[in-house]
Amino acid sequence: MAITTEAEAPTDRLREIWETPRGLLGTFTTVDHKTIGKRYLVTAFIFFLIGGLEAAAMRAQLAHSGQHLLSPEAYNQLFTMHGVTMLFLFASPILSGFANYLWPLMIGARDMAYPRVNALSYWTFLMSGLFLNSSFLVGQAPDGGWFAYVPMTERAFSPGLNIDFYTLGLIFLGISSTVGAINFITTFFKLRAPGMSINRVPIILWGTLTTSFAIVFAMPALTVACIMLFFDRRFGMHFFDAANGGHPLLWQHLFWMFGHPWVYIVVLPAIALASDMIPTFCRRPLAGYTFVVLSTITTMILGFGVWVHHMFATGLPQLSADFFSASGMVISIASGVAIFAWIVTIWNGKPVFKVPFFFLAGFIVLFVIGGVNGVMTASVPFDWQLTDSYFIVAHIHYVLIGMNVFPVFAALYYWLPKMTGRMLSERLGRWVFWTMFVGFNVAFFPMHITGMLGMPRRIYTYQPGLGWDTANLISTLGAYVFAIGVLLFLVDFFRSLRVGELAGDNPWDAPTLEWSTSSPPPPYNFAVMPTVRSPYPLWEKRLGEREYSDLHAGAVLDTGRETFGTSALDSEPEEVLRMPEDSLWPVLLSLSLLVLFYGLLTSLWWLAIVGAGGLFVTMVGWLWPTDITSPSPPRSVVSIARGA
Amino acid sequence: MAIQGTMTARPFGLPINPTDHRSTGWWGMVLVITTEAAFFAYFIFSYFYLASMAHGSWPPEGMPALTLALPNTIILLVSSLTFWWAESGIRHGSHTRLRIGMLLTLLLGIAFLMIQGVEYSHKHFTPASDAYASLFFTITGFHGAHVAVGLLMNIVVQIREWLGHFSAERHLAVTNVALYWHFVDAVWIVVFISLYLSPRWG
Repeated sequence: MAITTEAEAPTDRLREIWETPRGLLGTFTTVDHKTIGKRYLVTAFIFFLIGGLEAAAMRAQLAHSGQHLLSPEAYNQLFTMHGVTMLFLFASPILSGFANYLWPLMIGARDMAYPRVNALSYWTFLMSGLFLNSSFLVGQAPDGGWFAYVPMTERAFSPGLNIDFYTLGLIFLGISSTVGAINFITTFFKLRAPGMSINRVPIILWGTLTTSFAIVFAMPALTVACIMLFFDRRFGMHFFDAANGGHPLLWQHLFWMFGHPWVYIVVLPAIALASDMIPTFCRRPLAGYTFVVLSTITTMILGFGVWVHHMFATGLPQLSADFFSASGMVISIASGVAIFAWIVTIWNGKPVFKVPFFFLAGFIVLFVIGGVNGVMTASVPFDWQLTDSYFIVAHIHYVLIGMNVFPVFAALYYWLPKMTGRMLSERLGRWVFWTMFVGFNVAFFPMHITGMLGMPRRIYTYQPGLGWDTANLISTLGAYVFAIGVLLFLVDFFRSLRVGELAGDNPWDAPTLEWSTSSPPPPYNFAVMPTVRSPYPLWEKRLGEREYSDLHAGAVLDTGRETFGTSALDSEPEEVLRMPEDSLWPVLLSLSLLVLFYGLLTSLWWLAIVGAGGLFVTMVGWLWPTDITSPSPPRSVVSIARGA
Repeated sequence: MAIQGTMTARPFGLPINPTDHRSTGWWGMVLVITTEAAFFAYFIFSYFYLASMAHGSWPPEGMPALTLALPNTIILLVSSLTFWWAESGIRHGSHTRLRIGMLLTLLLGIAFLMIQGVEYSHKHFTPASDAYASLFFTITGFHGAHVAVGLLMNIVVQIREWLGHFSAERHLAVTNVALYWHFVDAVWIVVFISLYLSPRWG
């Protein structure tokens, strides 16, 4: 196959090959990473709104002392589901949404490595989210906090289905995270465009790759813990039962071996998104690319070694606490590197203050505050005073809203024009930012103080005269201001879909490959396969690179759904990968899982067996090859000119 | 940069969907095995954690007997060898070796599960007896479930072989199922050492 220019490329034919037919069947069978990415974003955002409503109800209750809008049982379910929803159904999936949508476009590929697994990952996420939230329909939502400490969550103290929804729902969701992570890892190492060696990929690829490895290693800890708790509750086993040789701290160890890495899993890709956006608005490359990548990886690795800092108050040996305290502080050095890289980038650049940059600047401020109050709690004596107080509530929200929600909103303002083809409003967007930023700080900064005044977290109401009333009222008002900001964003989003200014290919004059496609991109992403020669392919002229990337001439690959497979590090073309067609198997497999988990939940074993049987049948059907016409390999050889 | 040196202007051929170690299918199986290995590692961690926290003797039920477990370990090890023999057979185009080897592996795997069942029935405790019993049955049970899944995959591969899906060049499914089977064997070695041998050392 020869080199073809973009103008000569058979785009009609490519569209025919790659486009999913409209209609009901297409809805359930599509494996287009762009559709899946958008579904991830929309679904995760709806969960964000649900989690936000739960928070709004709690803040109403806490606005004054002695209120009883919510019963203690309802309050327990709300704070648990607020945490579970925000951490598992929003913070991580929304980043998967960006990664799914952006990765192939950024690396010059036509889809992810496993398009059908990508669909499976989405459907399983959706169904596990519905499974978890269906607990509200029977009035038995999880009520043990997002970390569900035993023994309170054992059957003796929590006889309902609440915790069973939690254990099974999280095992279910873990399947989605795990298969998604495996897809990202293989895509990173196999599908990058020719020439895109690992020092030329956008930072978000490093962010998601790092966290994908973390998911592969950390997710099983949660799965194992949830299996044990489920067995304890359902079959009377004794993993966490101190009276019969078990140990409650085993739950805490397993949970935090997973839980602490999870915090990095939901912030590192968001931080990486920031590293990709800041250069655009500073009109210069990111300072210290290699250091930022290494700090991402180092932070994640260290993140596996600090789980015990969630357990300082459990009476561990002093030496162990000291070790984990030190490693907690070392993390702040690794994660600080990224901040300095951004500051240098901004310092040396000419910042253009557009809405995404406002969110990025806000994010850097909140990152520093969330980092500082984090280092404070890494100190053992200080932690003893503050653990389980509102100070911790303030800390986790500075970390999670500051380091996840703010970069995510920056990314929404930045990449939604690529997805919809229309810009969001610059004027309304500034209102969104300032309302959210002010509302957030007004809501959460006072919680540092209520915490130091002794207010414990997770109380459904409190007595008057403890000095907590004013601060709580301020927090509630701030939370509502923040909510107004989110609503304003929705207004802006729907307005832009109808009347937003047309975005064009590259509205921000950004440097990476996704901006070389139309907005929205065609189903096949690239008419000709690009060859990459620098980290910022669209800025090569102005940066004075010696070699330019080939973006408008290359191989077409139009004998089926095809993309290049390249070598892991240097990205040299090794093969042409034939990608699967649209398929119904992923959604059927997810449905089988749903049946299986409802069977386990209700102890209807026949239902569980039906689900497991469905699982087996769909897996065999999925893996059954479709091109068995010839047992010998179709070794048709494709030639392209290599390099310039 | 190394890549610039090698990017010369010569045309070259690229295979479509190769089935060797460069294939995405192989990467997928390796990563599945990695996360599965972590899954068992957390169970083994839990076992040693509760063992180290135990008051009194460990295991509380007395030493687990080796009379069945040791022969069973050998059976599973041999099944890895037969699978390896089958896979290297098809690599050289021998369908006979593939068929015989897969069948032997299947029979050995079934034997392993049956002997495991006999051992369970000889235990005088149940999963609900105490934490050790919970660990013992859950860890060996999950391993057994993995063996069962491996046997199902084995049967599917055998059916596909009889339908003529495999050749010396194209047998990725065989390679991947073999990888999984060797992994399930390796996990058993760790389980065997942890649950059956380690209490004897200390």
